This record gives sequence, C-alpha cells and structure tokens, in this order.
Amino acid sequence: MADARLKVFRGTIEGGALKDYQVPVFEGMVVLDAIHHIQAHDAPDLACRWNCKAGKCGSCSAEVNGKPSLMCMTRMDSLPAGRPIVVEPMRRFPLIRDLVTDVSWNYEINKRIKPFKPKPREADGTYRMQQMDVERIQEFHKCIECFLCQDTCHVLRDHRRYEFAGPRFMIRLATLAMHPLDTENRLREIKDQFGVGYCNITKCCTEVCPEDIHITDNAIIPLKERVAGEFYDPLAWLWRLVRGKKADQRSEVH
Amino acid sequence: MERTTAAQPARIALFDTSRRDLWWVAPMATAAGLLLFVVYTTWAAFQGEHFEWGPYLSPFYSPHFAFTWWPFSPALLILWAPGGFRLTCYYYRKAYYRAFMWNPPACAVGALNHSYRGERALFIFQNLHRFFMYLAVVFVFILSYDAVRAFFFADGFGIGLGTLVLVVNAILLALFTFGCNSVRHLVGGNVDCYSCVALGKPRHQLWRLVTRFNDHHMLWAWVSLYWVGFADLYVRLVSMGVITDLRIL
Ligand code: SF4
Ligand code: SF4
Ligand code: FES
Ligand code: FES
Repeated sequence: MADARLKVFRGTIEGGALKDYQVPVFEGMVVLDAIHHIQAHDAPDLACRWNCKAGKCGSCSAEVNGKPSLMCMTRMDSLPAGRPIVVEPMRRFPLIRDLVTDVSWNYEINKRIKPFKPKPREADGTYRMQQMDVERIQEFHKCIECFLCQDTCHVLRDHRRYEFAGPRFMIRLATLAMHPLDTENRLREIKDQFGVGYCNITKCCTEVCPEDIHITDNAIIPLKERVAGEFYDPLAWLWRLVRGKKADQRSEVH
Repeated sequence: MERTTAAQPARIALFDTSRRDLWWVAPMATAAGLLLFVVYTTWAAFQGEHFEWGPYLSPFYSPHFAFTWWPFSPALLILWAPGGFRLTCYYYRKAYYRAFMWNPPACAVGALNHSYRGERALFIFQNLHRFFMYLAVVFVFILSYDAVRAFFFADGFGIGLGTLVLVVNAILLALFTFGCNSVRHLVGGNVDCYSCVALGKPRHQLWRLVTRFNDHHMLWAWVSLYWVGFADLYVRLVSMGVITDLRIL
C-alpha cells in the first residue's frame, strides 16, 4: 500500500505549526497507529495521550481533518486518500504540547454538581430498581469522558461561555435527574449555575460522541423540558399556586 | 465562572475550520428549503381565495373562518398557531440556528461572533413550545376532520386524488406532532421512577412509543412541511381550474 502523508500539529501554547510526516499504511490501520509510527521513527518527542487503543479510555481525543474524533477509532481508509491527513489537538482546551491539551476544567465543573443522594434503603436493607426505571440512564453510563463533545460545543468553543457546564455534564445532570433512587433536586442549578439555556440544541455534541450517546435528544432536551415545566410554565405555576406548593419542591415530595 | 486553568485558547473566526468536507452544503440546503416554504406560504396566505373546491379545503385555511369583521385573508387567523409550533420546535430551532444564525454553521466550524446568550435572553420564548404543542394537537384533529370530509362529494361518497392528498397530510402532521419533544416529556419523560408512580407502566410504554416517532422527528418535520404546502397548492390549482381533480371512485 502507498504511504500516507500526515500534517501533525507540533508546538506549545506559545505557538506551533503543522509538520509533515510520511508513514506506511497497513490493513485496518487507525490514525493513532500513524502517530505511534511517527513517534517510533521520526519524532520520539511527539506528545500524545492514549491508553487503550480500543475507544474505551477516552484519552486519544484530537481533531482529525478538522473533525473532533478519537484517533484510535478513526480508520485511515475512512479518510480521503491522496490528501494529507491533518491531526490537531482539541481546539477548545488550553494546549500543553503537540496533541495534548489540559482538560482539567471539566473536572472542576464536575465537582460543582451535587452528588447522588439516594432515598433510604428498604426494610431488608437493599435498594430495588426496575429495568424500566434505569433504561434511560444506562445509555448515559456509556460516556468515556473523552470530552470531544465539550471540545465541539460552540457555546464553549466559539462563544467561550464557560458558565455553561457543557454536554458531558448535562449528561451527568440528566443521569441524576432521572435516577429512580435519587432525592436531590438540581433544577435550579441546571438552569442558573450550569446554564442549560445556553445550549441551542444544534446537536454537534451528538454528532461527535464516539459512544453514540444521543446527548441532545435524550439528556439536554429532557432537562430543558423539566426546567420549562418548573420555571417557565404559567399553567404549572398556577397549578402549584392552587395546591399551595412552591417551585423547587417537586422531588422533595417523594 | 472563570476558567480554572491557565490560558484560554485563541478565538475562532467565523467559518474558520480544518474540515475539508462539504460542510456548507447542509446549512445552505436547509436555508433554501425553509426560505422556499416561507415565501410560498406567505404568498398563499395572502391570497384569500381559491382555497376550497368541492369537499376539499386547503390546510392553510382550516378551520374555515368567515368573519365579516375580518377584512384580510382568513389564513392569517390560523397560521400563527402551526407557525409558532414549528418556529419553537426543537428540530427547526437547530435548523435555523445553524442555517441562518451560524451558531454554529456546522460542527467544528467557526460560529458567528457576538455576545451569545443562547436561549437565555431573547430566545427564552422557546420555552413556550409546549403551548403551541397543545394547539397543534387540536390541529391534528381539525385536519383529520377535513380529510374525512374530503370523501363526501356533492354526488355522495367518493375518492379523488385530492382526498388522498388531504389524508396523507393529516397522517404526516400526526407523525410530526406526536414525535414532539414536549409530548415526549408530558406523556412520561417527566417521570423519574416509573415503578414508583401511578400508571407508571403505561406511561413508560407511551414514552417509548413517542420516542419512536421522535427518532425521526427531522424527517417528519420536512415531509409534513412540504406536504402541507403541496396540499394547499393542489386545492388551489384545482379550484383555479388549472388542473382537474382525478376522481378515483
Ligand atoms: S446541542 Fe447544545 S450542548 Fe450539544 S453541542 Fe450543541 S449547543 Fe452544545
Ligand atoms: S458524552 Fe460522548 S463525546 Fe461527550 S465525553 Fe462522553 S463519550 Fe465523549
Ligand atoms: S486510546 Fe483509549 S480511547 Fe483512544
Ligand atoms: S414539534 Fe418538534 S420538538 Fe415539538
């Protein structure tokens, strides 16, 4: 097979440029293999993060030909032949070196989410959940925290509205909101502190998610609907007034 | 909330991207598709005539209001409701935010730079979608009635090509309406624990059914949009005598 040409970003936060490399192609090869070949033969100091090479650790996130992707899951034969393959670090996060970015902002956001607060155990000391109760959130548990959705979301990437927690944490908030055992109400934070209203449901997070989680349809829109019901629905507001309940108290009546 | 890590990445200019595929095709096609429909609908709504023929009534003019105090086309009394439903629909929002407002034009392509507030400031009205949805459900019934009425000609029961056009119209509209995200929320999406609430099982099943329609919401959005326009055009052309309705039965 013919060699492939790659243009790989080399540099630090101070500056850098795309550098040309040539690598031999083999059957079933992925972009991460090409990066490993470059490390082994041309540039032992090329920095990149990886761990599993199986699309499960979420470390090898980068932008391949401009598309946020996992390098280990992007096959060379899925990219247009005859043109150099451009490999760049995730644009939305501060660069450390070459293909490695600092994603620690995500962990800071995560810490702000009120943790899971289960209701008391049943008389026999156990918890019971039905399959139909956990079905929705099982999808969200597939998240590998690659942060490609956080990288792509234009609210963070282009508008730099860091008061928006981003799609990955909308998923976590949705997981907790739909959890059959959880008793905490986070709707006000979802609206104010985590800024669900910044999302304009343009679905780029869903497009890039390597775990094929329907982030927008199954997590964000349901959260928006819950927030609308709690804070923007005059009929619901009237109904609460009649029944003498305040907003925010919904899940406390379990 | 300030970033906790050192430097911010550089600002990205409008349309700046490393993508080399034809990312601009989809937003341009969406813009063209929406514009074409809006132009036709506006024209048709202002006509105020040729909206009925025999048992057929154009969906733009249904229900048929004929008020003496209203000097304009009766369509203007109606179209705000389905119009508002589509304007605030989660799918159409995605379509026009991308195609017309370039927020973003496509994924990983530089967005229009301005003080973006998402749906927190001006666009907070999108939260009213569920109210338009209530009206839209009423419209499904009204247009189904029109479809049934289209079987009853002056000379008795029959089927014309127009009958089929109106029946398909009602079906497509139902497929679009019952896949709505607000319907999905109200029938069962709002439940945290199905096995803990009254009627939990049927609500879960209903939620799953709506989810099936919702999976293809974009498809039904486009097909039903263009079919509604086509139904108006068909009735209009028959009524104007440009074409004759094909009587099948
Ligand atoms: S759908 Fe919302 S969260 Fe996802 S990328 Fe778009 S704006 Fe961001
Ligand atoms: S939701 Fe998908 S894209 Fe986002 S971090 Fe999880 S696996 Fe990655
Ligand atoms: S190396 Fe683990 S996801 Fe790519
Ligand atoms: S009609 Fe599209 S989401 Fe409600």
